[in-house]
Amino acid sequence: MITRLSHCSFFVLDQDSAKDFYVNKLGFEVRLYAPIGDKGHWLTVAPKDQPELEISLIPVDNGIMFGPDIAARLADLIREGSFGFGVFECTDIYATYEELKSKGVEFTKEPTKVVYGIEAMFKDDSGNWFALVQKKEGYK
Amino acid sequence: MSEASYPKIYLYKRLVEAKQYIDRHFAERIDLNNIAGAAYFSKYHFLRLFKKTYGRTPHQYLTSLRIERAKELLSADMPCGEVCLALGFESLSSFTRLFKRHVKLTPAEYAAKARQMKDSIAKEPLNHVPQCFAEKLGWLE
Repeated sequence: MITRLSHCSFFVLDQDSAKDFYVNKLGFEVRLYAPIGDKGHWLTVAPKDQPELEISLIPVDNGIMFGPDIAARLADLIREGSFGFGVFECTDIYATYEELKSKGVEFTKEPTKVVYGIEAMFKDDSGNWFALVQKKEGYK
Repeated sequence: MSEASYPKIYLYKRLVEAKQYIDRHFAERIDLNNIAGAAYFSKYHFLRLFKKTYGRTPHQYLTSLRIERAKELLSADMPCGEVCLALGFESLSSFTRLFKRHVKLTPAEYAAKARQMKDSIAKEPLNHVPQCFAEKLGWLE
């Protein structure tokens, strides 16, 4: 029986820039930063209030995991905003929206009422999109 | 965005500014009453709105920022006494007590644990990476 998700991956164009975005703009914390000799860095981040999750920020330019041609195609797709990697929740979407906007986060949808609460959408520094949701109380 | 779809925008802007002020100045001796005043809120209105929005009082939020920063500084090998001073705590004993209440370890215990982890990551980084990823990334070759 699978009990939980411990790691997930977001593919990003540039790991340093992604680190700056997720830590200094979204307010996440670095969970692990491990230089692997001269081969690259293993970097995981997560929202401060979610201790059980690690999101690894994997650059698509390494040419190893994907092969150089696939890495280039993947980078194009990311830039074009083809991928949505998840939904982030917050306690108050209007305050979160105001704060992230003031830090330069690009929103593609303003907070909008939906059946399960209020939802907005934003992009990370690579072009990946995410939903930002404030759930209605008691709504699963 | 219309006012109807986005309630009380001016309140949110002021609240976010107040929260970001705490984010910038948490290491100084800041008076939360002044923050409420600067954001044109009465003390109790500010307290109520902050708690409703962020799920904790401004004071609890300020404390959590100081504890987080203390963890970072201790992980960077700063001595406990200097961490205490850098974050504006009144005394080493009040810092130690508060830290232990939040982190369940004393600052010294936390620093020792962080050092151990840092050494382990430096010596055997791949022990900290899920092996399937290390393999796919070509780090095991």
